[in-house]
Amino acid sequence: MDAPRRRSLRTELGALLGFVERNFYLTRRYLGWEVVFLFYTVVNTLTIAFIGVTTPGEAGPKVLYLVIGALLWGYLSVIFHDVSESVAWERWEGTIEYTFMAPIHRLTHLGGMCVYAIAYGITRSIIVLTVVAFFFKLSLSGANLPGALAVLLVSSIAFIGLGLMAAVLPLLSTERGPQATHIMEGFILLVSGVYYEVEVLPSWLRPISVLSPATYTLRGVRAAILEGAAMRDLVGYLVILAVMGLGLIPLGLAVFRMGERHAMKAGKLKRHG
Amino acid sequence: MTWEPAVTCTAVSKTFYEKDETLAYLPEYRGLAGRWRYARLRPRAVRAVDGVSFEVRRGEIYGVLGPNGSGKSTLIRLLSTLLEPDAGEMSVFGLDVVRDRLAVRQLINRVSVEAAFFKKLSALENLRYAARLYGLAPREGTEKALDILERLGLERRKAFVSVENLSRGMQQKVAVARALFTSPVLLLLDEPTTGLDPRSKREVQDFVLEVRAFHDTTVLLTSHDMAEADRLCDRVAFIDEGRLRAEGRPSELKERYGPNGAGTLEDVFLEVTGRRWPGEEDED
Ligand SMILES: Nc1ncnc2c1ncn2[C@@H]1O[C@H](COP(=O)(O)OP(=O)(O)O)[C@@H](O)[C@H]1O
Ligand SMILES: [Mg+2]
Repeated sequence: MDAPRRRSLRTELGALLGFVERNFYLTRRYLGWEVVFLFYTVVNTLTIAFIGVTTPGEAGPKVLYLVIGALLWGYLSVIFHDVSESVAWERWEGTIEYTFMAPIHRLTHLGGMCVYAIAYGITRSIIVLTVVAFFFKLSLSGANLPGALAVLLVSSIAFIGLGLMAAVLPLLSTERGPQATHIMEGFILLVSGVYYEVEVLPSWLRPISVLSPATYTLRGVRAAILEGAAMRDLVGYLVILAVMGLGLIPLGLAVFRMGERHAMKAGKLKRHG
Repeated sequence: MTWEPAVTCTAVSKTFYEKDETLAYLPEYRGLAGRWRYARLRPRAVRAVDGVSFEVRRGEIYGVLGPNGSGKSTLIRLLSTLLEPDAGEMSVFGLDVVRDRLAVRQLINRVSVEAAFFKKLSALENLRYAARLYGLAPREGTEKALDILERLGLERRKAFVSVENLSRGMQQKVAVARALFTSPVLLLLDEPTTGLDPRSKREVQDFVLEVRAFHDTTVLLTSHDMAEADRLCDRVAFIDEGRLRAEGRPSELKERYGPNGAGTLEDVFLEVTGRRWPGEEDED
């Protein structure tokens, strides 16, 4: 047949698109479940927002505080999930060997998963926000929306790094891997101050919140939206998140490579066990 | 046919370490709670491939024959860069399977025993994904795959329903089409016809012969169907418990090992391993 094709940037980009397209097909095929989960997320966000109404004092800012927490957590956990479960899922489907022996860079494969995760996370968040806005009068006057968006985008990078590290766990252990992923996610939820300031945490737990990128995302976005903090006041958050992202992505990739190599040696790159 | 080696495999070994859960219930482990008993167990070594050497020539159909658990799939996985050998060297058209992994991946494709598809997606959607991974334009790629499917006797409309609604035979045909439309120079077929009805089996076999006749594709296939090997393969190798026991042209082997210089490949197996050919068995 024809001569071996030259691997080029175009091929890699095409493959990246292939992952995005494939995940889109899968989402479409499981649309019923998507709707159900989305419904649940919307309701969950609403119930949390109502807490802001019941506590004494002016409701508006408190509701917004909680809604930001719920939305951000929804977005970040979707990214973390989608990336970290990408391997576990293919193993369950039985396509893992097929995908891993494709003539593409692992970076392309993982990049495709991340691009889809971000697109999916943003779409979901917009839908949830739209419904929530219908229930509450959220005043965004004076909010620095571009600033909030910048914080969000930069923090996505850090979460992708975390997701990559978690993604390889199922390659090492079929059952323990996904278990560890859930523990990790729960921990981040606890320490990052999603619905409260981290100052309320017990003193021994508080130092850990410093390590979670979500802590800075939440603070930065809240400062931008609730206090209308200007770009120059957000620089601190942006820098911390960028540094975390720039550290976590290569670390995540390195951990993934090591895990993949180990799986190829131990024979774990297959459907069962 | 040229004699350029397509695959060389030199003293390749692969051992797996497995813990056997049932051992945890031996008397030695009494008194410890279940999980702890399991943790105390030493992993058992399974030599799946043991010092195997062979060479496949360009344009050849080479068969690896052996009963279940003899190491056929492990050999194929080693060649398809999904496993790293513990010892030995393997190369595909001069490229080392470990060092030049990415380059090897561009030359090969594999059909596994179990059809590896996104089962909720249609054959067409699965093929589009495959096309993109292998750098084909999706439209052109899927056209090509649909033509192959038609050749294999699969109705066009079947390409639009979820793979899970296709019979095993149809799924296997889609898998063959998916492997072939990327024009691999080396095609690895791991028991491509196991579990197929006689007619589908025949169709897939015919197609393998056709591919070899019209394209520059070398085929390495595993099987535990002796008749199939006899029909398709230029040369075969017998593998048992990870070791290569005999190799040669089917007619040659039958002459050398068969009773009175005749007989069947089953007779050859009995002669070279000292064990009866287990025949058709359930796939694990
Ligand atoms: N990934 C793996 N992990 C542990 N053991 C394995 C793995 N793959 C194969 N084995 C073991 O290696 C042996 C050979 O298996 P395999 O290559 O699948 O044989 P065949 O394909 O000829 O049936 C079997 O004992 C099997 O249990
Ligand atoms: Mg097998």
